[in-house]
Amino acid sequence: MTNLPGSEDLIVGVGVQDEHAGPPIAEGEAARKIEGRSPWRLAIERLRHDRAAMISLGFIVFVVLIAIFAPLVGVITGHGVFEQFRTTGLSPDGTPVGPSAHFLMGTDDQGRDIMVRIAYGARISMIVAIVATGLTVGIGAVVGLAAGYFGKLLDTILARLVDLLLAIPFLLLAISLASIWHPGLTVVIVVIGILGWASVGRIVRGQVLSIREKEYIEAARSLGAGPWRIIFVDILPNVIAPIIVYTSLLIPVTIVAEASLSFLGVGIPPPTADWGQMISESSAYYANGVWWFLLFPSLALVFTTIAFNILGDGVRDAFDPRGDKLFV
Amino acid sequence: MNTDISAERPAPPAGGDVLLRVENLVKYFPVQSAQLFSRQKDVVHAVDGVSLEVRRGQTLGLVGETGCGKSTLARCIMRLYDVTSGRITFDGNDITKLSARQMRPYRREIQMIFQDPYGSLNPRRRVGSIIGDPFAIHRTASGQERKRLVQEAMELVGLNPEHYNRFPAEFSGGQRQRIGVARALAFRPKLVVCDEPVSALDVSIQAQIINLLADLQSELGLTYIFIAHDLSVVRHVSTSVAVMYLGQITELAPVDQLWDHPRHPYTDALLSAVPVPDPDKSAQRERIILVGDVPSPISPPSGCRFHPRCPKAAPVCVDDRPVLEPHLGDDSEHLAACHFPVEDGEDISKARPTIAAEHRVTETGVVSGS
Repeated sequence: MTNLPGSEDLIVGVGVQDEHAGPPIAEGEAARKIEGRSPWRLAIERLRHDRAAMISLGFIVFVVLIAIFAPLVGVITGHGVFEQFRTTGLSPDGTPVGPSAHFLMGTDDQGRDIMVRIAYGARISMIVAIVATGLTVGIGAVVGLAAGYFGKLLDTILARLVDLLLAIPFLLLAISLASIWHPGLTVVIVVIGILGWASVGRIVRGQVLSIREKEYIEAARSLGAGPWRIIFVDILPNVIAPIIVYTSLLIPVTIVAEASLSFLGVGIPPPTADWGQMISESSAYYANGVWWFLLFPSLALVFTTIAFNILGDGVRDAFDPRGDKLFV
Repeated sequence: MNTDISAERPAPPAGGDVLLRVENLVKYFPVQSAQLFSRQKDVVHAVDGVSLEVRRGQTLGLVGETGCGKSTLARCIMRLYDVTSGRITFDGNDITKLSARQMRPYRREIQMIFQDPYGSLNPRRRVGSIIGDPFAIHRTASGQERKRLVQEAMELVGLNPEHYNRFPAEFSGGQRQRIGVARALAFRPKLVVCDEPVSALDVSIQAQIINLLADLQSELGLTYIFIAHDLSVVRHVSTSVAVMYLGQITELAPVDQLWDHPRHPYTDALLSAVPVPDPDKSAQRERIILVGDVPSPISPPSGCRFHPRCPKAAPVCVDDRPVLEPHLGDDSEHLAACHFPVEDGEDISKARPTIAAEHRVTETGVVSGS
């Protein structure tokens, strides 16, 4: 680059490093290996070093495997999930049988193997967790992005809708809706998904409102980018970190929500195996000393939920170690 | 029309035709009143009747204090805002009221370089993607071809093309500004609006970026609008300069005429505030100190907006807004909006205003006798 005559007036001091970004002469091979790590890689590395989160992740993987290979559990024990063992599984007066070599976690009131049913119940919980949470986050993100970016009337309408949804107690509305429609897996997923998006939408909208004023958004507009391109190419990458964190914290909430619905009888109907449902049915027998029917499904639910919670905390810390940058 | 230039710079091409013409541009921003249903609609008079021309191949410097409306004017020219009234003509076409879709082809020809090297690049995107944005948006090149063009652009501005996949955070301020320049020049635009491109940089880096911009101007035949508040920088890069105050142009002149023969008292005061390195010369100068702050653009002063702070204010200045026109025998290229333009050799620090006290402002904002 040539310097125009007269520009020396503006250069202060000698010996300023030339900014031209070529490799300096003294650089050896080792320096070539220095590569910038993307924010994603940095986050993943931080997560890998979080021991509690890794243990939780391991447990979750275990639960997912159990859910996938639930039929295998049935085959190994020799008990199907719907099979009722009225002679071996129930005591002479018809009450469930406790944990033994034959039934590792005991039987339920119909003489079914609790361990096998817990394995199948994991399927329900995992499916609902993934699909319902995905639905919630998907709707919430799109609504939040649109409301935040387009503003004005759309924003007002959507914001009032969000306020409305957040004001109504989830369980009340969920029970009402689930009772109107035939209870089943689809209904549960849809109900949870539709009622949960408001929180996500509100968070995303807030993020978009602050990102929208940044200069790089103005630069994109000055280049001629249309609104949807700006939303998905420029705004979304900056919003996706809080979305991921919120998703991982939302999953345990979804699992508990589904279990609650089933517990109240408006979720997954019998005879499908479901943790919340098993807990509900077990309460009548608990007073008579049938502790295993209540304990094992409860432990399954509690441990799974705690594992997701710890993982969610780990994800949040991985993206935002100092607790200040995550929310713009 | 050629301009007088010092021996330091090579002569610019004998001024081309008019590339951009702005006529009576007005931009008001509504102010949200604190009350729920308030009848009074306050507006911020960000730009209040600006007219100027930029000729092909030249650089128009735009100076003024913070809040004078120069950035708003730039964004109106870029059509990032809709103007309240007035007309913008680019290369013979009226672009004032074009819709976003109609404006798209023009976006290849008018580009902007932003002030903040840290805020004008998306931190979550790689540099190659950022510079390649224009090609992606307008669908002119993709894949390998786009990568090649992007790397060409990086070399053009002095960046290492192998840093294509890095994030902005891995670059220094000056390098990020180069990235911004590369992005703006992707389509070899005709007009580049530089909104304080060096204000956020170290002085030594400022020089490099300014030289880069100058080199690119002669290499690519660009036309610049260069906004700054540092007068030394503006003097170095501009062929003509416009001085803005509270949303209006107070003086417009070829650069050397502005420095040697300022006509508007505000210009005179600004020039006297530029630090002079030589302490002896500095001691000899009369500093013209303007009292008080710039008034609020929500309720600007009547008549000439500068009258509350002008050392030469007279009653006519309170009543009549002065017209931007040549004074004191200047040619048609040197315009000033003043009822009492400064004559050559006049020392306005010795002038006394002759208007009533309530039109004046003091340091503490309290009205005082003059």
